[in-house]
Amino acid sequence: MRSVTPLIGFLRGVVLVALVVAVAACSRTPTTGVGNLGPGGGAPGSQQEFLVTVGDRVFFETDSSALTPTAQQTLDKQAVWLNRYTNYRILIEGHADERGTREYNIALGARRGSVVVNYLVSKGVNPGRITTKSFGKERPVAICNDISCWSQNRRAVTVVQ
Amino acid sequence: MTLITRRSALKLGLAGGVFAAATPASALVQIVVSGANFAPLPIAIPDFASSDPSFGREIADIVRNNLRRSGLFAPLDPASLPTRVGDVQNTPDFLSWRTAAVDALVMGQVERGGQIQSSVRVWDTQAAQQVVGKSYGTDPQSYRRIAHIVSDAIYESLAGETGYFDTRVVYVAESGPKANRTKRLAIMDQDGANVQYITSGKSLALTPRFSPTRQMLTYLNFEDGNPQVYLLDLSTGKQQRLGSFGQMTFSPRFSPDGSTIAFSVETGGTTNIYALPIGSSQPAQLTSGAAIDTSPSYSPDGGRIVFESDRGGSQQLYIMGAGGGGAQRISYGEGTYSTPVWSPKGDLIAFTRQSGGQFHIGIMRPDGSSERLLASSFHAEGPTWAPNGRVIMFFRDPGGDAGPSLYSVDIWGRNEQQIPTESFASDPAWSPLRT
Repeated sequence: MRSVTPLIGFLRGVVLVALVVAVAACSRTPTTGVGNLGPGGGAPGSQQEFLVTVGDRVFFETDSSALTPTAQQTLDKQAVWLNRYTNYRILIEGHADERGTREYNIALGARRGSVVVNYLVSKGVNPGRITTKSFGKERPVAICNDISCWSQNRRAVTVVQ
Repeated sequence: MTLITRRSALKLGLAGGVFAAATPASALVQIVVSGANFAPLPIAIPDFASSDPSFGREIADIVRNNLRRSGLFAPLDPASLPTRVGDVQNTPDFLSWRTAAVDALVMGQVERGGQIQSSVRVWDTQAAQQVVGKSYGTDPQSYRRIAHIVSDAIYESLAGETGYFDTRVVYVAESGPKANRTKRLAIMDQDGANVQYITSGKSLALTPRFSPTRQMLTYLNFEDGNPQVYLLDLSTGKQQRLGSFGQMTFSPRFSPDGSTIAFSVETGGTTNIYALPIGSSQPAQLTSGAAIDTSPSYSPDGGRIVFESDRGGSQQLYIMGAGGGGAQRISYGEGTYSTPVWSPKGDLIAFTRQSGGQFHIGIMRPDGSSERLLASSFHAEGPTWAPNGRVIMFFRDPGGDAGPSLYSVDIWGRNEQQIPTESFASDPAWSPLRT
């Protein structure tokens, strides 16, 4: 009996992760998301490859600009890709969720963008390629009145162009 | 308790029969406004006399609506009055008005010619005395203004405070889906009439604020990529960027003399407050450090600035000298505090507070005492003061794909009203009294 319990726990964890991934994929809008792309990950070095196999965005905790371990993993992959394909210019967009006031959220979006820039630069990305822009809470991607949406809107998006 | 005591000294209100007058010389009774004890003053406003009777009725309707929406007055049904049309030439028959239980009576007249001319007399029927008698003129294009000017005269004569009806509100008109919403500046009279759109909507426009001395706004425009502070001349429509400082500039507000703009500058994720004399290119840095310092608002004497900062770990309110330095925290309640705005009277600071999963609009004294929450909901934000410092406008957003609306509430937390707008609306900013 004892040996079974951890396995069930493990399976439960897998199901939970799968659900989170599915929810995240569904809720992104066609123009900005990573979940709506066609089959395949795009040609090597393409913007589609960046979206699909690297991931263009990281998420933050409420009122925080600290990088989570997951965010750091994503940014590590971004840095490798960006250092390989140096023809792209990079725009970092900082965003906040709706549960804050307008002006503070503009500053918070900028602070999040700045944290991402600093991390990418620390991984060798040339700062001269990077610009930043804060949208505050003005451009949410997920629209609802609970944390399932707010957690997707607290984000920094790396746009390769 | 001290706040209520102080409010009692405001002498808001007159003639109405709640308390006897403290000053027998005036022969007038006074209403003391404090909390739930207050009842609006019944007031009789017959249609204004005019060679065009429907015009006289329209002007009287605007006046009645203004006074009713203030929450201090209860205009009586015009059809129930002993006299249906005003008369400014003769002394009223006080006995018949007293018999009809009318204590406060407004008699008005209005004529439209090369100018619009209006005369008004306010009478205390119990004392058989005129409270005020005045005549005004405006240009014929802005006939609603004459009604607002008359409303201010009535309010001032009976409430003992300057009015706020001949004012405008600039706000952000919102349309389109939430994820890609168009936000442009619009301006309207304080009662929602005469809406005009100021910016095209091609770029996001946010947080407009009026100059206290000129027909000018400062606001936030996303046209240049990152948001930047702009100036906009209301008489010409001409606009220009304030300057190039840091990566991003935002959160602008005029000094009380209109000469200077305080605003936030963001560089490398750090946000500090600066002040720039208009026309200069050398802003003075007022705060420093790695925190987010934003939403500066001057005291009416120009000597101090209240602002929000997360330097202590979460957003709280601080006051510093207008030249920077000596910041003292004033907010200590649960949750976070933001968007402080100093009352034009100087006695109070309005703010947004987040606690318990809700947003609240509140007021406190500049020393942080006597905090009072006036309105609470899922989301509420962005208070702005009427020029008499007794009414606050703010916006609420129900969330989801719906959008925000404007509301007003008085500093006692009473008389909350939605302001009618033809689109979603946010970030209201109240103008000074027009001149």
